[in-house]
Formats: sequence, C-alpha cells, structure tokens
Amino acid sequence: MSFFGFGQSAEVDIVLNDAETRKKVEHKTEDGKKDKYFLFYDGETVSGKVNVTLKNPGKRLEHYGIKIEFIGQIELYYDRGNHHEFVSLVKDLARPGELTNSQSFDFEFTHVEKPYETYTGQNVKLRYFLRATISRRLNDVSKEMDIVVHTLSTYPELNSSIKMEVGIEDCLHIEFEYNKSKYHLKDVIVGKIYFLLVRIKIKHMEIDIIKRETTGTGPSVYHENDTIAKYEIMDGAPVRGESIPIRLFLAGYEMTPTMRDINKKFSVRYYLNLVLIDEEERRYFKQQEITLWRKGDIVRRSMSQQATIASQRFESPSERVQEPAKEKEDSS
Amino acid sequence: MSEPTVADTRRLNSKPQDLTDAYGPPSNFLEIDVYDPQTVGVGRNRFTTYEVRMRTNLPIFKMKDNTVRRRYSDFEWLKNELERDSKIVVPPLPGKALKRQLPFRGDEGIFDESFIEERRVGLEQFINRIAGHPLAQNERCLHMFLQDESIDRNYVPGKV
Repeated sequence: MSFFGFGQSAEVDIVLNDAETRKKVEHKTEDGKKDKYFLFYDGETVSGKVNVTLKNPGKRLEHYGIKIEFIGQIELYYDRGNHHEFVSLVKDLARPGELTNSQSFDFEFTHVEKPYETYTGQNVKLRYFLRATISRRLNDVSKEMDIVVHTLSTYPELNSSIKMEVGIEDCLHIEFEYNKSKYHLKDVIVGKIYFLLVRIKIKHMEIDIIKRETTGTGPSVYHENDTIAKYEIMDGAPVRGESIPIRLFLAGYEMTPTMRDINKKFSVRYYLNLVLIDEEERRYFKQQEITLWRKGDIVRRSMSQQATIASQRFESPSERVQEPAKEKEDSS
Repeated sequence: MSEPTVADTRRLNSKPQDLTDAYGPPSNFLEIDVYDPQTVGVGRNRFTTYEVRMRTNLPIFKMKDNTVRRRYSDFEWLKNELERDSKIVVPPLPGKALKRQLPFRGDEGIFDESFIEERRVGLEQFINRIAGHPLAQNERCLHMFLQDESIDRNYVPGKV
C-alpha cells in the first residue's frame, strides 16, 4: 500500500548461489525472442537467496509471510486458466510480521526432481521457475525466475535401422534405409534410397524433418505440424538399380528431444519425410517416425554427476560422497 | 576422459548397379504430341480436329506408338470422366472460348490460326500431364481416348 508516498513497498529479487559458475542456455520464448536462462538437470539442487529491498528505508514493511516456491508446470495455450503443476515445492522464509530493514533470505530446494524438459511450443509450454512472494493485505509482491531444464539420455541399447520397401504398383518401387531409429540431437542421419522400379519421371527427391506437437486428449486433440528442415538429396531422374546416399547433419537444426505423452498432456514427435517430386510437380512421400534424444558429455570424470546425485538422493547426509561438485557439460 | 565421438558418416552398403540398367533406355518414356489441326465440315458445322500421337514404353499401355484424331469436346469428355471416377485433381483445359463463337467478330473466331495454336499447346500440356499420372493410367477412359480409333460415349467406366 503506497498512497501518496505513505506506507512501504518492496522489491524482491532471486539470486542463485552458483550464478557465476552455472551454465546458461538460450531458449526461445512464446513470442519468438531468444533469452538466456540457467540450465539445470534432474536431481540438481536449486539454492540461492531471496533479497527483499525496502523502497523507503526506515519505514516498516508489514507482511503476512514471505515464501519461495519451485514450480514445474504445463500450460496449454487454449486453456490458459488451468496450469497443470507437476512439481510444486515451497519454503517459508519468514512468518507473518514486519521487516524493518532490507533483508536477504537463504533457500535450498535439495535434489529437486525435474522429470521433463523445458519446452515452448505452438500450443503448449512446459516451464520451471522459482517464485518468491511477499504476502500482503491488499496486493502481494512477487518475482519469478525461469530456469531451463534439459533431460539427458545415453546411447540406447537397442537402436535398429529402419529399412522398408514401398511404392506404387507397377509405377515406382523404392527401398529406403536409415541407419538408426534413435538419433541424438547432434547426430547424423545416414541412409540410402535404392530404386527398384521407376516408371514415372522423377525430377528430384528431398528429405524433410517434420515436428508434430500434439496437445489435448480424447475428442479434442490438436496436431501442429512444422517442417523443420528440407534437404534435397537428389536432382535429376534416377533409373532402376540406382542408390542415392543420405547424410543429414542434425546439429544445424533447432530441435528438442522426442517427448511422449508428457504428464498425459502433450507430445512432441519427429518424423522423416521422404519426398519424390515428378516432372508434373506431383509429390510421392513416405513418412517415418524417428526418436530424438539429448546426449550429455561428461568432461572430467567417468562417473556421471547424475549417478552421484541419484545415489545421494537415497542416502542420509552423513553418507554423502565427499567429492567436490563435478563439472558437467551439456553437448548442446 | 571421454572424447567427443565423431559420428560415423560412411555410406551404407548398396548393391552395384547393373550397367544395362544404368545405360539402358529409361522405363518411364511417355511422349504425347498434339499437332496438325484440321478444320472439317462446312459453314456452321465446322470444327477442328487434332492429331494425338502417343509414344511410350510403359507396359500399362497396350500400344507403344499410336495416333488418333480428337477434337476439343473429346478432351472435355475425358476431363469430365476423370473428375467423376478418379480421385485426381484434373489439370485445367484451355478455355472453351464461347465469346469467339458469337457472330460479328472481326477475326475468324475459333478458326483463327493463333487461337488454334494456343489451344493446341494447351491440349498438349493437358494430355501429357494427365497421361503421366499413375492413378489416371488405371482408368479405361484414358486408354480409350489415347488408343481406340473413336470414343464410345456409351462405354462402361472402370479401371484397367
């Protein structure tokens, strides 16, 4: 309450303890702008300070409590009112009372579970953020700080190639092959197209990467298709017996890992679309789903930090491993 | 210490191509020429016919080199049959030119040389586009248009 300069108002600020050392990554916001945010992984501790600065020094700030929350939520753009929180932690920093001076409050959310990757899409957004709130009689003062979470995976045990024969009877038969079905975000798609029968006049062939975002359940399901990449692999007319190689580097494209049925709210899947175009601009295509995953690089030691943290989570503090925090670099 | 792995970008193994396939004639040869416009009839019952010659090596066509004479309304008939029976989006024909059929024109109307040439080009584009379509090649109306002496408008529509 600050009518005519009376009363007291405050500013809230959140500062992380490892702000100097923690890596920041770029993330595109809903309106298309790219901003940098602190990067966290599943199981990492989120700790820092909430700084409350009184605008009028000397005056007291009455409040009904100061708290900080760590929230992971899914927001569907067509249903903005309902936020689906899948992680919700709160720490009380101060009981209802008064502040006479600007003050700093420490907080720590230990080994927080962050099960999903941060995602900002066409119809849905998944975000993690800290929110510090000073509760007051008329209006609360709060500050949010978004963070970005990446989910890491390792090389899958089973990664079979995709190999299939498709075509139009008596007109066009091809056999296509992609070397894997699961690719990491910096991987290379290596493949080939083998022509068994060509009775149409092909002009060129390309391979597209399509991202499909699916939101909603039951009767109201929305699919949003976006062509991330178009890559020409052949120019000119092939004949029977010809083999066309494919070598598509994924690092050049902005993609996320495959996300399947996240909290039963949305999915993000990727498809390779092989397109052949004939001389009359007719398009013949074959779509195939691929799984994308995010690879983490471990730079210093062979034991991953995630494994250390995972083991720490289930041990009592006295058994905690006595090693300094290891640096972990995200390959993105 | 693990070094960043270099991706394996070697080509996949493929069968060597048979040289007769590589240097042989293509199996997609299809060329249709629309040429030699001739005006037949007298007075008000005149109309123009065009020679339609198809050369192909596609097995779906019985005859590999065949010539027939067709008029504009035959092309219209083919377009209507395909629009009704097949799921294709049929390409457009050159215009019907109804205005040119009205009397008291300064030129020769639909028998004007430049108009006939324009129409000839449009019909040639149309028939080449449609004959190369894998779904149109299954329709009996297309085969009758290209390979039969005359079009039987009472035919039974169907697939080849």
